Amino acid sequence: MIRRFWPLLAFAALAVLLYAGVRMNSGRDTSAIASPLIGKPAPAFTLPVLGQPGRVVSRADLLGKPYLLNVWGSWCVNCRDEHPVISALARSGRVRVIGYDYKDEPADAQRWLAQLGDPYEFSLADEEGRVALDWGIYGAPESYLVDARGIVRWKFVGPLDDAIVSGQLEPVLASLEAGK
Amino acid sequence: MIVRPWSALLLCAALAAVSALSPAASPWAPVAAQVRQDPAPPTFVDAAEEARFRALVGRLRCVMCQNQSLADSDAMIAHDLRREILRRMREGKSDAQIEAFLVERYSEFVLYQPTVEPRNWLLWFGPGLLLLGGGLVVWRIVRRQRAAAAGTGEDRDASAPATATAPDDKEEW
Repeated sequence: MIRRFWPLLAFAALAVLLYAGVRMNSGRDTSAIASPLIGKPAPAFTLPVLGQPGRVVSRADLLGKPYLLNVWGSWCVNCRDEHPVISALARSGRVRVIGYDYKDEPADAQRWLAQLGDPYEFSLADEEGRVALDWGIYGAPESYLVDARGIVRWKFVGPLDDAIVSGQLEPVLASLEAGK
Repeated sequence: MIVRPWSALLLCAALAAVSALSPAASPWAPVAAQVRQDPAPPTFVDAAEEARFRALVGRLRCVMCQNQSLADSDAMIAHDLRREILRRMREGKSDAQIEAFLVERYSEFVLYQPTVEPRNWLLWFGPGLLLLGGGLVVWRIVRRQRAAAAGTGEDRDASAPATATAPDDKEEW
């Protein structure tokens, strides 16, 4: 008798599985690639600073305090939407905010900052995008949180918003401070 | 163990769910990709280099336009990665070294052919298991029908009781 209901049970099980798949993926950006750099040292780099001819910054110069590396470009539309969030974060003094000007004309980049305001302590300029490959950058905006010892702790692909800052970035920052 | 068509179906459903849960299946890229004509398309020294390059980039997935290979994509990052791959080829790096370079930075996501390791076992061996399960189902059905035919038609042989089916074990669908 129970045998008669097997097809129905099988269908129900299938439906539950597929529904679980849909549910677990909703609200999550499935196209964002998890960075293999998390928990590993940030890549070695030496890059010029945007708008400060002659000044270069390397990985070692940024040790000592955690920083948020925010990848942006004047060509990047989403970076415009993200700009107020980055500005608020920089104003709060919660963490050093360093820009990463990705594949950009320096003149365009400086015009962009002049127009919208410059929230960054400074911006690294990677015109060719060669160093970006070592970071695993593949677009803008992207954000990395690097701790005081130079270990990458967190990465977000896409524009940051208040919910992501308070829900993801803040807890990681808090855990870094607690670990000191 | 009695294998029924529904158990093959469930296995199939489980595999479908696993593939749906993996983060690798989405064609959307919400992040801005600067798409522009490649200002410096790769030039090759000979046909062998070109063939090797094309084979290699065809095996790699573009991180930005995730439903395209690195060979097909016109995203800015794809141009950069292709240039980097050619540069590394000329440095004498092997295909495996170049793939490792990309995996270190962009994760295993870039490989169309995933590595054979425990977390990928279901992916690699799932289809084989499914085939095995299906084969077992077919074998059971054929054996049962043959036993039924033997029971009604010809004389049963000595081993018949072992293959005789219980009354509630009949196929109802």
